[in-house]
Amino acid sequence: MLNEQNLEHNTSKEWQPKIVAFFCNWCTYTAADLAGVSRIKHAPNIRVIRVMCSGRVDPQFILDSFAKGADGVLIGGCHPGDCHYQEGNYKCLRRFELLRRVVESFGIDADRLRLEWISASEGDRVRLVVNDMASKVKALGPLAFPKKQIEWAQEMFIEEEEFAGKEVEYV
Amino acid sequence: MSHTNGNIRIGFYICHCGSNIAGVVDVEKVTEYAAKLPGVVVSKHYKYMCSDPGQEMIQKDIHEFNLNRIVVAACSPFLHEKTFRNAAFQAGLNQFYFQMVNTREQNAWVHLDHDASTDKAIDLVRSAINRVTLHKPLEQKKVPIHPDVLVVGGGIAGIHAALTLADAGKKVYLVEKEPTIGGHMAMFDKTFPTLDCAACILTPKMSAVKNHKNITLWTYSEVANVEGYVGNFKVKVKKKPRYIIDDLCVGCLDCIEACVYKEPRFYDEFNQGLAKRKPVYISFPQATPQLVVIDPETCIYFKSGKCKQTCVDICERQAVDLNQQEKFEEIDVGTIIVATGFKPFDAKNVYYYGYGTFPNVYTSLEVERLINASGPTSGEVVMRDGSTPKKIAIVHCVGSRDKNTNLWCSRVCCLYSIKLAHLLKEHTNAEIYNFYIDIRTPGKLMDEFFTRISEEGVKFIRGRVADIYPDPSDDTRRRLIVKAEDTLIREITKVPVDMVVLSVGLEPREDAQDVRRMFNITCSTEGFFIERHPKLAPVNTFTDGIFLAGCCQGPKDIPDTVAKAGAAAAEALALIDKGFIELEPNTAFIMEEECSGCKSCVPLCPYSAISYSEEIKKASINEALCKGCGTCVASCPSGSIKQNMFVDEEIYSEIDGILNYKIFEEAVC
Repeated sequence: MLNEQNLEHNTSKEWQPKIVAFFCNWCTYTAADLAGVSRIKHAPNIRVIRVMCSGRVDPQFILDSFAKGADGVLIGGCHPGDCHYQEGNYKCLRRFELLRRVVESFGIDADRLRLEWISASEGDRVRLVVNDMASKVKALGPLAFPKKQIEWAQEMFIEEEEFAGKEVEYV
Repeated sequence: MSHTNGNIRIGFYICHCGSNIAGVVDVEKVTEYAAKLPGVVVSKHYKYMCSDPGQEMIQKDIHEFNLNRIVVAACSPFLHEKTFRNAAFQAGLNQFYFQMVNTREQNAWVHLDHDASTDKAIDLVRSAINRVTLHKPLEQKKVPIHPDVLVVGGGIAGIHAALTLADAGKKVYLVEKEPTIGGHMAMFDKTFPTLDCAACILTPKMSAVKNHKNITLWTYSEVANVEGYVGNFKVKVKKKPRYIIDDLCVGCLDCIEACVYKEPRFYDEFNQGLAKRKPVYISFPQATPQLVVIDPETCIYFKSGKCKQTCVDICERQAVDLNQQEKFEEIDVGTIIVATGFKPFDAKNVYYYGYGTFPNVYTSLEVERLINASGPTSGEVVMRDGSTPKKIAIVHCVGSRDKNTNLWCSRVCCLYSIKLAHLLKEHTNAEIYNFYIDIRTPGKLMDEFFTRISEEGVKFIRGRVADIYPDPSDDTRRRLIVKAEDTLIREITKVPVDMVVLSVGLEPREDAQDVRRMFNITCSTEGFFIERHPKLAPVNTFTDGIFLAGCCQGPKDIPDTVAKAGAAAAEALALIDKGFIELEPNTAFIMEEECSGCKSCVPLCPYSAISYSEEIKKASINEALCKGCGTCVASCPSGSIKQNMFVDEEIYSEIDGILNYKIFEEAVC
């Protein structure tokens, strides 16, 4: 386990995980702003995409992020019962529970995908969640899905060629 | 202009924000990097982008380089998105051809490592530049503002806001939970620092509310439900039965006299339990409206059904109606002012101060009633045991600035403690000891007030009280010892006193969470409502059309409460007089030709904005009802619902940008 000081002071020289985050406009994005205003330092690994509601997060966004090279995906929404749009966060939760199984079936570790409820007043919780996730993903190492996709494509190509009766040189 | 011919010409700007951003993020590196990105024509950094010269620079570049997209990396979009959108609009661009990168709040302010911070900035800039290319010109939706206003809470904040609005000719509904308006201020004796009597300045305002032709006053009522959005709220108000017919009661109080309980014997809320009341009562003589109320919790009729109903018989006007039921009123308003106030800290929670155990330990609010001429003792300071105190200790910061209770400073306790010290001295000529942590008396005339009172001979001891216990040498066990460390002389002092006053702090009301949910506003972790911006939008909330006034937003003294109430009224007026508000066009729409008619979106919408036509077998979204959450967009299996400003492609392009994902990589697969 990495200590937090290291995490916040991390240098770009070593490998750094990239975490794509989808934060809802009303709670978690505001909380991340509050963390800023309160100068609550945290790991610089997240890249936030603002959406109006966690209910807007299409499961495809998450799969797409992994496929394009994200090492982790974090979704932040309002606490249950506090959604600015009444119940969008519940819709997000339902999708998340199903999606998690799909993601795990791809061999993606459960720690790489996370859904958190962070209210507009919980600036410090942004730090806790981001630091915790960054350290876990860091310990897991790069996911490098795009590279894997290329490898898989090559494997498929070879298998297809062999099936067709051609001789193939193994790379 | 060239932005119609399909050529994307992006202007990128990164703000130093003095050294706020530039001190952490290498702005030159970001500028150089952005210049190489596709479509970027101009890439600049500047000390303060939000300043006039910064905005003019953007506008000049738009003209000079024919820019048709603008990206600014600066603070949070919550702060200056509007500023830059407007700058672009002034230069002839559609304001939605703009994207902001949060480089201060969510980057420079929260990271220590400069390289990592710069990398993050570059990722997000790339993502914004990717995204802005796909932006569409949009129009803001105009909605009309209903001119009526709802004010929730009838304390001094609600009263002042309601009167301001009503004087401006607007129709105001003032809803108050208690049987009378006046709030906490009505309980006070005098107010600091001028020592003018609270009733003398408050009661005229209370009766002005009652008599104002533009104010509909509903006391003993609560807001039950709020629907709609800015300009068009539908509010349901629950009117609790007071078992008195409002129009018939003249406030003669004969029914109180006639009650089968000859003596008052129930806890009197208004007098903090220092006096007793009957089941039929009026909170205090100047209660507004002048209507009695029957409390079903204590009334024999409601408890047993067997009562002679002397109150009903005595009333000549037949105003007593024991069968009254709760009623609901539905109103349409355009704006809402929330002024629900505070709750005094419960002194029992600091058990070692002995409140509730030792009868001579009082809270400050009890003492306010005790010294009030219309209070239970008619202004004589007589303690629960009938004696008059000769030595009094006032303990500051009870339930404030304390890790075990509340962390915040309640702002008013120092000053009201000083005021109480003066008033108690005036009433009893007792020796008075103030135990304080720090004396905090900011504000006009406040510190002068403190100096004046300290010169009157009131003693101030700097030290937090550790314990209060009965003096063992006193046989009557009435005298109390107040133990504290006098931190100025570094000695433990034990002061024997007859009376202890606990200066309790201000807390959020217990129902703050329910109120917050009902009005769709936010609370801090403590429970005070959060304003839109602590400095620049102190009475606005994140929900348009809902404003805050008074202590529900945080502890305040009366001058500040009134100022905020006036500000909230002015904000509401500004909206009403403009007549309309422009809403973000982030609504969703269905592309009819692609809709398969699966209906999966229909039940998802919390606002019932989606309807399904059996005729054409397609769903459609009512734009007026759509609030733009995007839940339906994420659910559509055929991807035929789109959300303006958050189109799928725009979000994918952001993901691509963040991960620096190139299309050619995809081609390999």
